[in-house]
Amino acid sequence: MKTQLTHIPGKPRIKAPGAPEVRVKILNAESVAEIQKQMVRFPIRRSAILPAITVANRQLGYLSAEVYEEISEITEIPVSQIAEAASFYTLFPKKPRGKYLIMVCDNISCALCGADAMIKYLEMKLGIKRGETTEDNLFTLGTAECLAGCSAAPMMQVNDRYYENLTPAKVDKLLEELKSKE
Amino acid sequence: MAEYKLLFRNIDEPDQHTVKGYESRRGYIAWRKALTSMKPDEVIAEVKTSGLRGRGGAGFPTGVKWSFVPKDSPKPRYLICNADESEPGTCKDRVLLERDPHAMIEGMAIGSFAIGSHLAFVYIRGEFDYSIAIVEKAVEDAYKAGHLGKNIYGTGYDLEMIVYTGGGAYICGEETALINSLAGERGMSSMRPPFPAIEGLYGCPTIVNNVETLACVPHIINRGGEWHKKIGTEKSPGTKLFSLTGHVNRPGNYEVELGTPLSYLINELGGGIKDGNKLKAVIPGGASCPFLSADQVDTPLDFEAMAEAGSMLGSGAVIVMDERTDIAWVTYKLIKFFKHESCGKCTPCREGTKWLTMMIERILRGDGKEGDLDKIADVCDNILGRTICPLGDAAVMPIISVLQKFRGDFEKHIKGKKKIEMEQFSFA
Ligand SMILES: Cc1cc2nc3c(=O)[nH]c(=O)nc-3n(C[C@H](O)[C@H](O)[C@H](O)COP(=O)(O)O)c2cc1C
Ligand code: SF4
Ligand code: FES
Repeated sequence: MKTQLTHIPGKPRIKAPGAPEVRVKILNAESVAEIQKQMVRFPIRRSAILPAITVANRQLGYLSAEVYEEISEITEIPVSQIAEAASFYTLFPKKPRGKYLIMVCDNISCALCGADAMIKYLEMKLGIKRGETTEDNLFTLGTAECLAGCSAAPMMQVNDRYYENLTPAKVDKLLEELKSKE
Repeated sequence: MAEYKLLFRNIDEPDQHTVKGYESRRGYIAWRKALTSMKPDEVIAEVKTSGLRGRGGAGFPTGVKWSFVPKDSPKPRYLICNADESEPGTCKDRVLLERDPHAMIEGMAIGSFAIGSHLAFVYIRGEFDYSIAIVEKAVEDAYKAGHLGKNIYGTGYDLEMIVYTGGGAYICGEETALINSLAGERGMSSMRPPFPAIEGLYGCPTIVNNVETLACVPHIINRGGEWHKKIGTEKSPGTKLFSLTGHVNRPGNYEVELGTPLSYLINELGGGIKDGNKLKAVIPGGASCPFLSADQVDTPLDFEAMAEAGSMLGSGAVIVMDERTDIAWVTYKLIKFFKHESCGKCTPCREGTKWLTMMIERILRGDGKEGDLDKIADVCDNILGRTICPLGDAAVMPIISVLQKFRGDFEKHIKGKKKIEMEQFSFA
């Protein structure tokens, strides 16, 4: 068996002598409670890693070494295992991003329906290139691989929402809406 | 053979995603029937009779797969529904997740009972925030209505179900990578054997099935395997969901009887090619499948006919390209995807997809050299069949097909120095 129990319930975790105390400062009480809930849902605790980093990412918008430490502190899962898993996935940015993460699909079905032009249009509207964030920290622009919205191409995801059958007019309207909320 | 709505029959009912709405249309009758009046072996036998084949891409017979779970194993068994839908061009599972989630849950329950599992997972891709919310609510409601949980229907059978969300990685749709991801490791594929049915999640027997496959199961239990076997063709029975995308007038998800001609899907259901243009090429089963040329458009949509035509039915993502399409540019879009999604575990796939991407990019920039296409074919040949999981093959099979069928599109760039302004690579 490859996977093993990372924590034997009832036994306190043994800390290396002199290892520094980690205080949970970045994650808020709500996230901590949610992570604690996830910890006990699975046959082995290690399965809670992905749910835990998902919770952290939802609160913070990106992950960092400090966050891995805190998750480790809460879950008693070795920090190396957390970092190992987190670094594999694209859904968790590893550096701060704008308030709205705009991910435009540029895979095949969307590309056939003008995704590249849509990305150029967004670059022009936002005054940034893909991979960059606007100066007001409102928008980060990126490209995504197929998001399973192919029959309504071109499409994009902005934070947790899909926007499909994009046209320049639709993009204009959405950007106006998001800006006016500030 | 034509459109046939079985899984899509109720998706336009506004309350179909609720437990009440689903129950009102004969929902959960099959689960009750299986649990209260059938033995696990009888369920497996019925699914075997139905001829149902996996809808996740490989088309493996579902009943046969279930029968691989060792009967005498003292270990717990797990059933996982693969809702990671990320094969480019595929968007059909999402429709089921959002509009008829209980069909999948009922199929999972029946499948779990058949293999003796008391814990089932739905592994959904993390980008599907909306679908995830709907499925989570559906599972919660199924518990409340007594279809899941302890002592279901008074039979003493317990079944727990967990919705697990992924982290955005195509490879996690591959079953061994999915299992590793669910176990908290990096989502990388493992060598088979051992097959998951023998040694899967947490080292225990595990069955991974696609959303659409599982959604077929309640119909089979309700109406019998013989009934299902009569739909479609002899070797590919049943209906299939197809995601029709690209240069068509009415892109969308359609359900047809297996064996329906590809041209029926494109022309009758999809309204033909956009702007009155002519057809140039079709990928019939998602980005992993070889291209078909326009003269193959009457090929029946079933596993055998597609294999005979040199391609695959795959996940049912029909990507249509009109005469103006530069196939070299399409090939670049595909290979850069596989390069991005390679998990990096084996060298031919990790390095090969990178070199292929760089070479094809160079050709598109107008810097192609004589002999480049042979070199590309050589790299493909060195990946094919030499990798741990099928992603390596998936990356090169489309390229091998375009080098045969649409070589001219590449030569225009190499000989004619035709240039395309290349975009930057995707950033991760
Ligand atoms: C690279 C790769 C990606 C895959 N992605 C998916 C996917 O997104 N959804 C899916 O159901 N199957 C996917 N599969 C197929 C699964 O490995 C597995 O065969 C399938 O889920 C089994 O279900 P089925 O027997 O019901 O088809 C993928 C396979 C490979 C090699
Ligand atoms: S073929 Fe590619 S994706 Fe599959 S295990 Fe090898 S490197 Fe990973
Ligand atoms: S190709 Fe863009 S969503 Fe599938």
